Amino acid sequence: MKKKRKQSRLREIWHQLKKNKMAVVSLVVLIVLVLIAIFAPLLAPYSYSEQNVLNANASPSAEHLLGTDDLGRDILSRLIYGTRQSLQMGIFSVAIGAVIGIIVGSISGYFGSWVDNLCMRLLDIYQAIPMFLLCVALAAILGPSLRNAIIALGLGVVPGFARIMRASVMTVREKEYIEAAKSINCGTGRIIIKHIIPNAIGPMIVQITMGVGSCILSGAALSFIGLGVQPPIPEWGTMISEARSVMRQYPTQALYPGICVMISVLACNLLGDGLRDALDPRLKN
Amino acid sequence: MLRYIIKRVLLLIPTLIGISLLVLLLIDLTPGDPARMMLGASATEEQVEELREELGLNDGFFVRWWRFISGVFQGDFGTSLMTKRPVLDEMLFRFRYTLILVIFGTVFSVLLGIPIGIYAATHQRTWKDNAAIFLSLIAVSMPSFWFALLIIRFFGVQLQWLPISGVDTWTGWIMPCAAMALGLIALIARQMRSDMLEVLRQDYITTARSKGLSNRTVVYRHALKNAVIPVIMVIGGVFGSSLGGSLITEVIFSIPGLGQYIMTGLNNRDYPVIQSGILIIATLFAVIILIVDVIFALVDPRIRSQYTRRNKREGGKKNEKEEETVKAA
Repeated sequence: MKKKRKQSRLREIWHQLKKNKMAVVSLVVLIVLVLIAIFAPLLAPYSYSEQNVLNANASPSAEHLLGTDDLGRDILSRLIYGTRQSLQMGIFSVAIGAVIGIIVGSISGYFGSWVDNLCMRLLDIYQAIPMFLLCVALAAILGPSLRNAIIALGLGVVPGFARIMRASVMTVREKEYIEAAKSINCGTGRIIIKHIIPNAIGPMIVQITMGVGSCILSGAALSFIGLGVQPPIPEWGTMISEARSVMRQYPTQALYPGICVMISVLACNLLGDGLRDALDPRLKN
Repeated sequence: MLRYIIKRVLLLIPTLIGISLLVLLLIDLTPGDPARMMLGASATEEQVEELREELGLNDGFFVRWWRFISGVFQGDFGTSLMTKRPVLDEMLFRFRYTLILVIFGTVFSVLLGIPIGIYAATHQRTWKDNAAIFLSLIAVSMPSFWFALLIIRFFGVQLQWLPISGVDTWTGWIMPCAAMALGLIALIARQMRSDMLEVLRQDYITTARSKGLSNRTVVYRHALKNAVIPVIMVIGGVFGSSLGGSLITEVIFSIPGLGQYIMTGLNNRDYPVIQSGILIIATLFAVIILIVDVIFALVDPRIRSQYTRRNKREGGKKNEKEEETVKAA
């Protein structure tokens, strides 16, 4: 019974989402990007680290569709492999942030009173440090690598998720079915996990989708200043930073990775907008 | 109203104490020994140990925290381990660069974002609205450092209109501020648009229209005042987050600002610099949010009453002198 109801809810959202062409296109773009990331070794014409100094900074040709960089590496292949790192940064950091945020937000929102006060004051302190500065500090302290950049970004986005979850939980907490659950002596943990979280998670979906986009963006920025993915592994931000040295002569080298970042972030934002309208059609302007 | 402001200012104290603890905790987690870094790999174990003792690195967590905090209250932010210069002097020198960047970036984005938002809202369901919204979405999705590189390439290298880096002349500020403003314009425009649409649907707008007022009067005199309130809130957040975002702009345009200083501090494990730098930025951020909240309360009595009630329960009981010192820091 329960499963069926869940499915129909999903179908309802999908039905709403389908009406928004931009959102559907964005969803397709994101799926394609994930596929590119998974099948990168099959799709890339060359290896990402294969150097050919004799053919450095080549313009686009049949062999190298987007040309080569200053070490003679194929730019298209590097972009394809770069999808892996960039998407990982976006998806895994949001996963960390969302899980912690959901836990903190549900506890804070459900128990209220001093628990809530304590959590919110701690979040205030945490949020008093601008998010990007916090990520930079964490990434620098943990040491530059993909894993540490993901941890830094994940910890940076916790407050946003926690606050939204808390607000959502506070409205769900007052519903009759929670009271019903309490009246049949349902344990607090069970109420939170089985009844509160599934019903309060709706607004989080939009935040998660957009969070992936903003983490890809911040991740690229971290890599750009040398605190994210380390060379020779390609990441879009790292590629922009590498292309900087030849910006004067070959500006297109920096152009491609930037466009990749832009497309993926744009897709996340458009999908997020679409989902928001689909989840709550009243908000639609 | 005064009571409200005082309470909010008092609430800053626990926040700032929390931040100082958090920063110290972060530093404690850092691998790498600053004493070892200062002396180089050739130093003996005894020399490193001696320096650690001298710098007070061997003391307990709260001892170091107390030393840091009591120093801050006396205006002593420590001395940089690398340059041996007082952190405060260096900060004061660099502070104005960051401030100019952030203020002009924000002003720039407000001046463009609000009119774009109003324009989009008043042309709802036309291609103009769609174009404005789509363009602003693209702007939010663009990495600002990438945009900065592109405008440097175009205006600095190709056309040679503006200097590529450095801020010796006022023309040098144009591109950094534009790079800062890019995403923020879009953010403000989107917020402005949705608030405006919300307000334009209200009954009092219909009343104003039915009185025969021109569209211009309705939008600018009746709707704007109400629609701009949430936008002020966003601007406060924008201002704060650009304090963090200024770091990258400073690096690209070689502006000797706070962000760059903290960056160098992080790379060198220069603890006094990291501690004080983050504390100062966080204080600034908290003060800005406070100012925004106060403005917010001034323009909207509903919020004021709500906050006053909430703060009655939470108000800290610290004496005011302390709070002033923190604010001065």
